[in-house]
Amino acid sequence: MSDALLEVIDVHRQYRLPRESLFGARPVVQALAGVGFTLQRGRSLGIVGESGSGKSTLARLVMALEPPSAGQVRFDGQDLHALDAAALRRARAGFQMVFQDPYGSLDPRRKVLQTVSEPLAVLHGASVAEQRERAAEALDAVGLRSADLDKYPHEFSGGQRQRIAIARALITRPKLIVADEPVSALDVSVQAQVLNLMQDLQDRFGVTYLFISHDLAVVDLVCDEVIVLQQGRIVEQGSPDRLFRDPQHPYTRRLLAAVPGGMLQVP
Amino acid sequence: MSELLSVQDLRVTLQTARGPADALRGVSFSMARGDTVGLIGESGCGKSITALALMGLLPEGAQVAGSIRFEGAELTTLREAELCRIRGDRIGMVFQEPMTALNPLHTVGRQIGESLRLHKGLSGAAARAEALRLLERVQLPQAAQRLDAYPHQLSGGQRQRVVIAIALACGPDLLVADEPTTALDVTIQREVLDLIRELVREDGMGLLLISHDLGVMADTVQRLLVMYGGTVVESGPTTEVFRRLAHPYARGLFAARPRLGLARGTRLATIPGRVPELADMPPGCPFADRCALVVDECRRALPAVEAVSPGHEVRCIRWRES
Repeated sequence: MSDALLEVIDVHRQYRLPRESLFGARPVVQALAGVGFTLQRGRSLGIVGESGSGKSTLARLVMALEPPSAGQVRFDGQDLHALDAAALRRARAGFQMVFQDPYGSLDPRRKVLQTVSEPLAVLHGASVAEQRERAAEALDAVGLRSADLDKYPHEFSGGQRQRIAIARALITRPKLIVADEPVSALDVSVQAQVLNLMQDLQDRFGVTYLFISHDLAVVDLVCDEVIVLQQGRIVEQGSPDRLFRDPQHPYTRRLLAAVPGGMLQVP
Repeated sequence: MSELLSVQDLRVTLQTARGPADALRGVSFSMARGDTVGLIGESGCGKSITALALMGLLPEGAQVAGSIRFEGAELTTLREAELCRIRGDRIGMVFQEPMTALNPLHTVGRQIGESLRLHKGLSGAAARAEALRLLERVQLPQAAQRLDAYPHQLSGGQRQRVVIAIALACGPDLLVADEPTTALDVTIQREVLDLIRELVREDGMGLLLISHDLGVMADTVQRLLVMYGGTVVESGPTTEVFRRLAHPYARGLFAARPRLGLARGTRLATIPGRVPELADMPPGCPFADRCALVVDECRRALPAVEAVSPGHEVRCIRWRES
């Protein structure tokens, strides 16, 4: 088994828009135009870019929520989009997702126990007792208490909710977590707690992160490698050290120049 | 320098599910025309409530004490009809989410023209001509065609330019901008902030900028008010506040920011605990439970304002230790 956990091979994804005129052809938007990279086990890859750059489309392809128009997504040696439904369902235990908005991503009518243990129930058909035990473990890993299992989302602050979302992602003991802007809806002090937690979890469990963010400083902190996406293409790729100190592509330079608070940065 | 806005000991009590709660506990600041002032803090610190109080837009049942004087008029006692004459005319507002601030059913030209027709009595044609001038001023590309566009036909940055055009329509003396760039991409954020700075300088109006982003503040405002638990815990010239960070909360907030150049895997400094809920606000310093420098005296009463240097004040009895 090679050390590559995730291989994205020349993926394209296009969406057809509604017809603009009665007999006109449907316009096509190219969301991803030939993106490829390899992510090693236990490492973190950051994807930066602005709205419309294809970041979220890439996340959806990696999570096998939709197929690429061309190209392959290989997870742990398997071509995800070539698997049959049952095999894909089994494979899903290996990759989980954390979303941006902890207010929108948790069902307000479900207790934390149901939310956190749901992936386990669906994927493994685990017994109720086992679900509760694993959910308590997952909550413990993110710094919440097992007594929190019987509470509802509204009883928690934004940062705690994001911990619950992370616990839900952890419960299948995934190898890969795709985090789409996991801290951008959080306050600064809470953001720091969640970023520290994500790094601790990587040290403890060897999780691999595909980390999507528009915040270059966040990516610099948690990622080993960064890809800069612009209009569905990789325009630059490298270690954050190199990329942010010596950007080569004009778009990377533009992103860096736009980071507010130049006078507050570490020299 | 003539005083534009003077807020003195502003207190706001909101009706919550858990009974009345003090959302603002004595906020004071003043600004002149041309001043740029920033309110910074995290969710629930009272920065948006301060802005809403200024504009008379507090939620129903809110009780206001203290004084807000704007161009000599006391706003807290004005009747709604009189407030309506000031809002949108003398005070312009830019909100965070341009999609919800704009009406999806009206063209942008109509929405910009609305306050001109209302406050300035302009005719439809004159308001339209003025709306075009405003769209050009906020540097919206193809302004003439965009006049008849609906909000959904514009990008986020373009929509925020339209919102700014609406705020500027009547040539206000004060621009209140509540997280104006939080929903925007970083390069668009830079463009919109540059635009706001430029417009404020050209027109000489006052800018009250509300943001949670220390970097945005550092780039945009001359004076900074750091809020926590419904009070201003530190205020002063922006460069001085960032240089000294006298209040333990300001210091904690600054240290918790991820910033470019930190080594991979660095753990960020965090502030223990969480913001107390409004209804549970302690009688003493609201930050006491999370502060490393806390002593018994901090919990007795809200600390008085102390001067760090001329114009730089802090509400902390232990600031010399930080």
